[in-house]
Amino acid sequence: MTAEAPRGADAPPELIQLLTPEGERVEHPDYDIELTAEEVRSLYRDLVLVRRIDLEAVALQRQGELGLWASLLGQEAAQIGSGRALTDADMAFPTYREHAVAWCRDVDPVKLLGMFRGVNHGGWDPYEHNFHLYTIVIGSQTLHGVGYAMGAQRDGAESATIVYFGDGATSQGDVNESFIWASVFNAPVVFFCQNNQWAISEPLEKQTRIPLYKRASGFGFPGIRVDGNDVFACLAVTRKALADARNGLGPTLIEAFTYRMGAHTTSDDPTRYRVAGELEAWKLKDPIERVKAYLFKNQLADQEFFEKVDAEADALGKDVRRRCLELPDPGPEAMFDHVYSGPHAMVDKEREQYLAYLASFENGTETGTGR
Amino acid sequence: MTTLTLAKAVNEGLRRAMEEDSKVLVMGEDVGKLGGVFRVTDGLQKEFGEDRVIDTPLAESGIIGTAIGLALRGYRPVCEIQFDGFVFPAADQIITQLAKMPLRSLGAIKLPVVVRIPCGGGIGAVEHHSESPEAYFTHTAGLRVMACSNPADAYTMIQDAVRCDDPIIFFEPKRRYWDKAEVDLAAPGLPLDRARTVRQGSDVTLLAYGPMVKTCLSAAAAAEEEGRNVEVIDLRSLNPLDLDVLVESVTRTGRCVVVHEAPVFSGFGAELAARITEHCFYNLEAPVLRVGGFSTPYPPSRLEDHYLPDLDRVLDAVDRVFAY
Ligand SMILES: Cc1ncc(C[n+]2csc(CCOP(=O)(O)OP(=O)(O)O)c2C)c(N)n1
Ligand SMILES: [Mg+2]
Repeated sequence: MTAEAPRGADAPPELIQLLTPEGERVEHPDYDIELTAEEVRSLYRDLVLVRRIDLEAVALQRQGELGLWASLLGQEAAQIGSGRALTDADMAFPTYREHAVAWCRDVDPVKLLGMFRGVNHGGWDPYEHNFHLYTIVIGSQTLHGVGYAMGAQRDGAESATIVYFGDGATSQGDVNESFIWASVFNAPVVFFCQNNQWAISEPLEKQTRIPLYKRASGFGFPGIRVDGNDVFACLAVTRKALADARNGLGPTLIEAFTYRMGAHTTSDDPTRYRVAGELEAWKLKDPIERVKAYLFKNQLADQEFFEKVDAEADALGKDVRRRCLELPDPGPEAMFDHVYSGPHAMVDKEREQYLAYLASFENGTETGTGR
Repeated sequence: MTTLTLAKAVNEGLRRAMEEDSKVLVMGEDVGKLGGVFRVTDGLQKEFGEDRVIDTPLAESGIIGTAIGLALRGYRPVCEIQFDGFVFPAADQIITQLAKMPLRSLGAIKLPVVVRIPCGGGIGAVEHHSESPEAYFTHTAGLRVMACSNPADAYTMIQDAVRCDDPIIFFEPKRRYWDKAEVDLAAPGLPLDRARTVRQGSDVTLLAYGPMVKTCLSAAAAAEEEGRNVEVIDLRSLNPLDLDVLVESVTRTGRCVVVHEAPVFSGFGAELAARITEHCFYNLEAPVLRVGGFSTPYPPSRLEDHYLPDLDRVLDAVDRVFAY
């Protein structure tokens, strides 16, 4: 029972784009960016490497080595562009799909795999990388990000916070509350929404009747839609928003318009709910191909460079696979670790009892307690 | 008789409920075309249309809050919470509103809302996909709390839940979704608030619900080989509790072990142990023991077999009640 067209829908939304799908450079009055050949090659390399890691992870899941994987296929530019815009002092709050942002924050990909393999619930030190743990509960991290930004603001730190979330997440109360907090406290935060058009099986229309970036104005801060498959534009727009945040201008909402090329996760079967034609159309907007075309056309890279990156990607894929398979399973005692900051009588007792119970199978006494 | 998986049995039950009463709505995340992540609502949208099988925006508080509003207008919403760990954004609507509004209206308001929650672990999932949150809801007066354990019960219980005028939290054991059994689609089920003795025995009573019923049945079969005669009771309804059946059993056997996946500490088993002790004190040969999760968050999947009660841990507890 939905209306035909949203009331109040006006002109088609502006999409900030600096590089067309064909690899042509476009000028933009507000978001121009100067990139050296070296920088463009480096972005290209990032894009290729993270896609390779992702591919390997999907394969590992298929082979039973991971319980699950949430593929970033198609979203590489949104993540590398925004991730490379961050300074070391900036902080990032990811969902569960920001593998390429993790890459930009120097988190070892095997640590991401560990979580999906089920050896731990997180596994990296958020402070070491200024990259928070993955958050699975949709939208929760948006409030954490705003609170963190409020802390940085109080400390007078030269640090902005970027918070990632999806199109589906914009419906959550937490996300809307985070917009209000950010606005009221003028928090140095950038909301980076990857609109990949789908929340599992639900298309965008199930979450919103207006373009998502337009939501920002109702909360009192600017919203921008950027071509999420254009790494230059994502870099430029995020850089500006982060600088604004650091300069006391408050929050920005960036809607990176992109597409989830794969299944929601390896458990999902998208053929049940979306048509193949959509995928074909988005294939033509591939985030990597356009950078490659740009490099090629402008003679900023030669065949040898592309081959070298491919070889590096293959080696990385192999290395990630090998180290994933070598991840040790945690011992049962690990379950009882870090539940509290120090000793805890009940948890400690349960650990002791459970280990005694397990030992009873070895020595045949069976005097332990399984409780 | 038809062979159905537990997931399909809930699906069939929902179909019947929707056929029976046009006020019944199904709503939740991905329940439409996808048929839910566990396919429990598979085909329902096709059959009943998008107006009755509703893909909602991604917000659990919104799902339950609007279900309450729809119920106020005479609808009977069946809400799907995608995974146990995602019911918490809706906790406020469930606890402060759904559970209490009928009483505040002195009975003028009825809220026949069913909140279906796939629960429990054992499927190798990531964080928040393996929780057993029943005690939060049994602790909230005004809610009925059900847990089905097998296809036949799932089929009738979901229909009875939809017919019931009280709000119901309806737990479905996700790791048993694919278990198959013969279901008589015409046979009426046991009334909604009744426990079922699923195995008769004389030496000890095992109390379980949802996913642990099957575990207890296999433990009982193993104990049989050691000459122990184990009775197993499937609670089916956690609130209200069919105490008479439990008390009768433990009075006979003199021993009782409670098994659930949720942490033992402050878990639903504590309520069972206390009630049994109050009513069967002079017949008990041993204290009521509990087998369940540890006082830790649900562990990463590589460790879940340690966390989840299994046949050995149930048998260990059985040994201990005999050792008193
Ligand atoms: C509170 C909560 N409800 C439901 C889920 C189950 N779930 C996981 S991902 C997802 C869809 C998310 O869509 P979106 O925000 O667009 O992010 P995307 O997965 O597309 O990156 C859902 C419903 C969850 N993780 N948390
Ligand atoms: Mg999405």
